Amino acid sequence: MFSFLINRLLQSIVVLIAVALIAFSLFKFVGDPINNMVGQDTTLQEREELRERLGLNDPFHLQFYHFIKNAVVGDFGISYRHKVPVSDLIAERAPATLELSIISALLSVFIGIPMGVYTAIHRRGFISRSFMSLSLVGISLPTFLIGILFIFLFGVILRWLPTFGRGEVVSIGWWTTGLLTWSGIKSLILPSITLALFQMTLIMRLVRTEMLEVLCTDYIKFARARGLSEQAINFGHALKNTLIPVITIIGLQLGLVMAFAIITETVFQWPGMGMLFIQSIEEVDVPVMAAYLMMISVIFVSINLLVDILYAYIDPRLTIDGGSKHG
Amino acid sequence: MADSYSKKSNSKLKQFFAGDLWYDFHHSPVALLSFSISVLCLLLALTAQLIAPFDIFDLAAIDLMDADLPPPWAGEEGDSRFFLGTDDQGRDIWSGILYGAQISIFVGFTSVIISAIIGIALGLLAGYKGGRIDSFIMRVADIQLSFPAILIALLIDGVMRGLLPREMHDELAVYVLIFAISISGWVQYARTIRGSVMVEKNKEYVQAGQVIGLPSHIIALRHILPNVLNPIFVIGTIHLASAIITEATLSYLGVGMSPTTPSLGTLIRIGNEYLLSGEWWITLFPGAALVILVLSVNIFGDWLRDALNPKLR
Amino acid sequence: MSMIKKILTTSVMTGMILGAGAVSANTLKFAFQGDAQSFDPHGLNETFTLGFLSNVYEGLTMLDKDIKVVPGLATSWEVTSPTTIVFKLRPGVKFHNGNSFNADDVIFSWQRTLSEGSDQKVRGMMVKEIKKIDDLTIEVHTDGPQPLMPSEWAWIFMMDKEWAEEHGAVNAANVKEKNANGYSLNHANGTGPFEVVSRQPDVKTVFKRSANHWNKINTNITDIIFTPVKQAATRTAALISGELDMVYPIPVQDWKRLDSEEGVSAIRGPEARTIFLGMDQSRDELLYSNIKGKNPLKDIRVRKAMAHALHLELIKKKIMRGASTPTGLMIAPQVNGFNSEYNTPYKYDPAMSKKLLAEAGYPDGFEITIDCPNNRYVNDEKICQAVASMMAKVGIKMKVLAQPKSKYFGKILAQNNYDTSMYLLGWTPGSMDVHNVLLGLISCQNKETKAGLFNLGNYCNKRVDELQKLVGVETDPVKRQAYIDEAMKIVKDEVGYLPLHQQPLSWGVNDKFQINQRADNVFDFRYVVKK
Repeated sequence: MFSFLINRLLQSIVVLIAVALIAFSLFKFVGDPINNMVGQDTTLQEREELRERLGLNDPFHLQFYHFIKNAVVGDFGISYRHKVPVSDLIAERAPATLELSIISALLSVFIGIPMGVYTAIHRRGFISRSFMSLSLVGISLPTFLIGILFIFLFGVILRWLPTFGRGEVVSIGWWTTGLLTWSGIKSLILPSITLALFQMTLIMRLVRTEMLEVLCTDYIKFARARGLSEQAINFGHALKNTLIPVITIIGLQLGLVMAFAIITETVFQWPGMGMLFIQSIEEVDVPVMAAYLMMISVIFVSINLLVDILYAYIDPRLTIDGGSKHG
Repeated sequence: MADSYSKKSNSKLKQFFAGDLWYDFHHSPVALLSFSISVLCLLLALTAQLIAPFDIFDLAAIDLMDADLPPPWAGEEGDSRFFLGTDDQGRDIWSGILYGAQISIFVGFTSVIISAIIGIALGLLAGYKGGRIDSFIMRVADIQLSFPAILIALLIDGVMRGLLPREMHDELAVYVLIFAISISGWVQYARTIRGSVMVEKNKEYVQAGQVIGLPSHIIALRHILPNVLNPIFVIGTIHLASAIITEATLSYLGVGMSPTTPSLGTLIRIGNEYLLSGEWWITLFPGAALVILVLSVNIFGDWLRDALNPKLR
Repeated sequence: MSMIKKILTTSVMTGMILGAGAVSANTLKFAFQGDAQSFDPHGLNETFTLGFLSNVYEGLTMLDKDIKVVPGLATSWEVTSPTTIVFKLRPGVKFHNGNSFNADDVIFSWQRTLSEGSDQKVRGMMVKEIKKIDDLTIEVHTDGPQPLMPSEWAWIFMMDKEWAEEHGAVNAANVKEKNANGYSLNHANGTGPFEVVSRQPDVKTVFKRSANHWNKINTNITDIIFTPVKQAATRTAALISGELDMVYPIPVQDWKRLDSEEGVSAIRGPEARTIFLGMDQSRDELLYSNIKGKNPLKDIRVRKAMAHALHLELIKKKIMRGASTPTGLMIAPQVNGFNSEYNTPYKYDPAMSKKLLAEAGYPDGFEITIDCPNNRYVNDEKICQAVASMMAKVGIKMKVLAQPKSKYFGKILAQNNYDTSMYLLGWTPGSMDVHNVLLGLISCQNKETKAGLFNLGNYCNKRVDELQKLVGVETDPVKRQAYIDEAMKIVKDEVGYLPLHQQPLSWGVNDKFQINQRADNVFDFRYVVKK
């Protein structure tokens, strides 16, 4: 178990270094950051001086070395665009994204799982068929199109809900939340539903499939043969067995939610990290892009590591397998 | 040799028509409908050059004078030549949809095929060879799987665009998209194939093959592969739908097809700017076309998955 | 510094920000498509950032609602010799922190414009020396005559010397320094009618009316909340739904929609920005064309052919929804030196274009690539596409290379050796005087003097160069106009540029507010009145 953990940890570090290299090196060649920092009237010589001062003329490996050294302590340098430390920017934006992602994840889990269970149990019923068809529509509509339609319908035509931003936020320590004001809650509704829809349909379909698989096993057939009630079978046996893979996959889905937040945040002008990322791509703000990629990699790699450990814990065979293979 | 091969495939075809799948298919209205709509979309898009009333790539054929006309059946300014109206440059929307769908479908199909080839090859290799190769491929797969496909596609797309000379972006946009989407999608195929191969590998027919000394690539390709293809079709169909969506999303975010050679995503992006101004036809029709296309493919894929899952019979 | 420590530091800031955000009677919520780059008044010479800051900071001179130069922190000025201007400073002016404004602050601010991180060096270098006569009188010395100095200095904002020293912001925004100079980037202390209460870059900036401003101004607004909203459709939607009171720019196609909505209006007007096409007239072979061994754009017949192929009225009608002003000049009517006599556009005559092309030896046309931004000007990319379609009709096959402004400028400007064959650009002279255009856009490229720095295609005529120099120093308005007219006529006859139009200003406003729209697209809070 111990060697398995060390192994996975080492792998994770290798991955992070690789991502760092990609994030750093490739984005370095996209666009000219100088142009984003100065006005049209700035002379050639001034541009060259700025380039020199920012270290953009240093050799590649030297720049990369500095990047890694600083990244380890959470220092991603100064944003070209805002001229404030990137870590400040990210810290400022993180609550918005996390709040949106967590609400969406909760929505998708608490609606998706019951729907999945229901559709698995009443496989041929009218309602579950409707759910299934609706879920197909859900995954067939691109996120940006759903967002646009929501804004148009609920924001412009019906005027029920705000069309952009977080509304009024309240700060609790370093965290800012929109959950404590009415306008903040109203602002959350459209983006979180938009973001949750896709995940919700995925989870529902996943739970349904897993559940159906379990319902076909001998184990459940035995339970039936023993004369247990349908309810006990469905919830006591089948769901319990379904949940283990589902929970691990939901863990991974949380990462997905954060990635899809990029699109949702762009459509709803949600001041989170995703919008920061897209804007930094447009403005060629290299430090922000690099920091975002590194951060999202750290999150994803950690989730993966946790899932791996969880699997190893559930299924001891994997430990031996993994240990012998990599050891 | 050739003779025996054709005979074999012929018998396979017969087997297919006599099989459960075909029976299910032509007795399922959902499957029939979604399949026919998918095929119809495909045909319309493929023949865009023949059936589209206007060549939207020919700048000399576009007249700014015709810009922003509503469909003739929906507004008085409409022109009977453009039955779904025109966009801001005077392009016929219907022709735009046909050409745009052609690009979307081309990108989608090619990406799926490339993903599948890469995935199958690596999956077979990993599953059959095992050991270090297996653990290496699967670690790469795990790592990639931990990043969402859309993020990877966005990243690769951005990187490629950064590395290519700017004036080539428009010409190479299609290939960049295909590259980005196919690289981001191979993992599922590989994992599925590997899993199936691990199971098949221990079956008697493979062990028999090994005993009589068949080379491993023959065993893998001729004997194992055909037995693990079913899930690949299911993944492929669903992946096609998601590849089309990914293409549309990238084009919508402005890092896909350019407005002069628009795909459905680009058309929606252009039209989005006009949604509030009452020129709904510029967004609505391409959006509807995209949804119909993706939905029909998804429904068919969904049906196929259930139909091919023996446990659900 | 560790990440955690940074998070804590930020949290203290954020906490203060939110604590102060009380809602009061007259609040205006407005949005622009982007955020101000920074709060440093000398850090960036860009219209939006400077215009945004002109509500917080002030210069010796100011621009009024019609962009006329009026006294600001100087009550008067007098040219006492060709190289000397004496400014009387306004007494009793206080910075937002309570310090008094005096001659030392002017000298400090001027020196700051010459510091390393400054983007205002061109304006700063107009002045050789500033002598303090007394606390409220200064003598400005220049190298040669600088008649335009007082108007250009409307954009040099005055900072408090003590405040800057106290916070280590003596030099203009320097990107490299990590903490020492960062203060001025996100904090402001001016003399203007509004103070900054809080700022979160790209998300939100809150202003409040300054309690002891020297000037009597029209506004009755007490609080202003600014939010950058990138997507045009979202801006329009938020205005219609009442979440925002003022947004700009509004896409021209949404005007109809705003007109039909109750309670909101689209305020429009001609912007002083001229949109034009430039052509590479210096290389012997074009970088992006199928014609090898020669440069067709050097041939005046080809340039004329292009000019006559452009249907400006159609672009106005379809792309700009009737909102642009087709132009024959490189400057707008609001710009000093404009003469309507030369403003007639080239005639739309495709038959003539074909004939000219045939005469020039291109009966079947040729291929060329045009560089175009896609997020800088009103409908920039669409204009390029329309131009390409018009050129196609006379046989010129034009490929449009549209990119975001960062990439676009990175490609075509001087630091990339003017890597373009043809391009679309827009220009507003910051000084609102034609000389800025003659010097930057129309003079031959000169590496030493920086003349023609933005003459990307290097249109070059020696006589025009001479005229530019004359216009720069001539003080007699009649003679000066004669020089201007001569230069403009030459450029037009030689088709040095293809001017397209002045683009429209397009602001969306809730009818509860009365707003003054300035022709340079600056939103001046002084004139906002809640009804």
